[in-house]
Amino acid sequence: MKRNSKRLAIALLIGFIILITIVPSWLGIYNDYRQLILILIGINIILAVSLNLINGYMGEFSVGHAAFMGVGAYIASILSVYLVTESTVFGPARLPEGWSILVFPLVLIIGGIIAALFSLIVAIPSFRTRGDYLAIITLAANFIFKSLVENMDKIGGPRGFMGMGKVTRAMESTVDLPWVMLWTFIVALLTVYVVRNFVSSIFGKGIVAVRDDEIAAELMTVNTRRVKVVTFMLGCGLAGIAGGLHAHAIGYINPSSYFIMQSVNIMVMVYLGGMSSISGSVISAIGFTILLEFLRPLELYRWVVTPLLLILLMMFRPSGIMGSRELTDFFPALRKIFGTTDETFEEKLTHVSASD
Amino acid sequence: MTLETFLQNVLNAMQWGSFLALIAVGYSLVYGVLLLINFAHGDIFMVGAYLGYFIGTLLLNQFNIQLPFDLPAWVIIPVTILLSMALTALLGVTIERIAYRPLRRRGAHRLYLVITALMIGLELEYLNLALLGPRDRQFPTLFERQVFNFGGLSMTNVKLLVILLSFLVMGLLWFIVQKTKWGMAMRAISYDRLAVPLMGISVDNVIVITFILGSSMAALAGVMYGTAYPILSFDMGLLVGWQAFIAAVVGGIGSIRGAMVGGYILGFTQIFVAAYGTSTYRDLIAFSLLLLILAIRPTGIFGVARRTKV
Repeated sequence: MKRNSKRLAIALLIGFIILITIVPSWLGIYNDYRQLILILIGINIILAVSLNLINGYMGEFSVGHAAFMGVGAYIASILSVYLVTESTVFGPARLPEGWSILVFPLVLIIGGIIAALFSLIVAIPSFRTRGDYLAIITLAANFIFKSLVENMDKIGGPRGFMGMGKVTRAMESTVDLPWVMLWTFIVALLTVYVVRNFVSSIFGKGIVAVRDDEIAAELMTVNTRRVKVVTFMLGCGLAGIAGGLHAHAIGYINPSSYFIMQSVNIMVMVYLGGMSSISGSVISAIGFTILLEFLRPLELYRWVVTPLLLILLMMFRPSGIMGSRELTDFFPALRKIFGTTDETFEEKLTHVSASD
Repeated sequence: MTLETFLQNVLNAMQWGSFLALIAVGYSLVYGVLLLINFAHGDIFMVGAYLGYFIGTLLLNQFNIQLPFDLPAWVIIPVTILLSMALTALLGVTIERIAYRPLRRRGAHRLYLVITALMIGLELEYLNLALLGPRDRQFPTLFERQVFNFGGLSMTNVKLLVILLSFLVMGLLWFIVQKTKWGMAMRAISYDRLAVPLMGISVDNVIVITFILGSSMAALAGVMYGTAYPILSFDMGLLVGWQAFIAAVVGGIGSIRGAMVGGYILGFTQIFVAAYGTSTYRDLIAFSLLLLILAIRPTGIFGVARRTKV
């Protein structure tokens, strides 16, 4: 019974994605702007959920999510531009245009893998000790990424890199579908699915154990170092995929767009939604993206609002909107479809101490 | 590299290292007392530099507002430095009062304090951008630049002033921390934070003193930075402040001696690597040094590992 309802849920969600992406774009309801906003919402869901894995469930403090996103963005863009389009940087296309549909998901995955490998460089020194070291090193990762890219003149340096628009046009002229949006929602769905299953797996319970008491977790045979590195790599790899999607959605990337401010935006979404709540992250990603669009007329003052939001949040409601609760705790009927266990929130509290 | 250029680079490194050391000391002071990485400190340095810019320009009568008097240069320099130090110290204490203290009182998780600190820094930066606009500011010339020559080795009076004043101030700080009652209280807090209030020492007052010391030294660094490199931009707190932060980590965060030494180590590394022809990689070098230090010796050069008791 339960398995059937889960299959139904997945089928329903895929149907829903098709319904909100393909059908309206055929009918021409989405103009470019609305489509971009929807893509950004999807990308922010990926980013917020994957950072929540690190900052919420694992209780570490990563401030460099944008750097990993940037790595994924650059790798995916360079590869796709190199392979399927003619560009001034790389010369003629290596593959015919029709291949772009296959190449696109592939370069996204490669971008994610490279981002995960980059995160390994960060993870190895910082997980030797606990405390603020991950914050220090991930902050440094922001600078290292920006400085590295700015010194690579071949891919534009500080001027940025473009040409991804041609890739998306190539995909759309082969088969007329909103490809980037489609992939964004598929990846967002997969992210939520993977992270939810990850944290409720036995391995993933080790993460929560590490957050609550690292020494006790180690005594209980959790390989804390491995748990931390694997989780960090998973989170950063997902951020890399999100970066690849972002680059192809915007069509132009430069190193400054994956700098500290972007990292802060992702952090705001995580803490706004509530640490260790996936549905909280999803809700706040949607809300925050729309809020940022509404704040656009404020121009420069827009950048004042985001940090202020987080300061006020820390002062008055540090647990965020959802705390460590999920949507299923408020609507138990949903648990039949989405829940991994039949625990209620009160039961869960006895297992997981509140993150406050 | 000839001996002259070598010595020239040593001087440049001394100047750059002095800035880094002065700011790094602020990071270390606060960390020693609060165990908080005050990520806003780099932007406090930025505010110090901008305050110096406003006060200096006002006193030199270069604004639209005309002062009814003209001050001689030897008055303007100390007044600018001291006034911006005082105002920046006020800012530091205000931040502590409105942002950190309520969280501390509530016994909030340390993570929340770190996030708040980081956000305060960004808030200062973007408020500056929003209020003053993205245009860079030209720091006023507080005194004429003079060049001295010592047999091929040229030295400006600015450089000399920066280096000497930094040594003087750091000596003063050393004296305050080692020889006065307040300094003793600071060291006591970082040694055993539970016993200190039992001895009748007001921890809050000590924290305020710490913020005054750290912020005013950042302001001093800011004004002198403006004198040495007279272009101010809103993100200088991020760019310079972060390198100072690395200096503090390299020396061992929490240790004042470490911050001073770390500042000069980083300064020398950056200037000498830049001198050998790869100046665009200067930031990259700083951060690679950070990664290296954290991988080899996470507590920094002078830091002491805190042991966790089970």
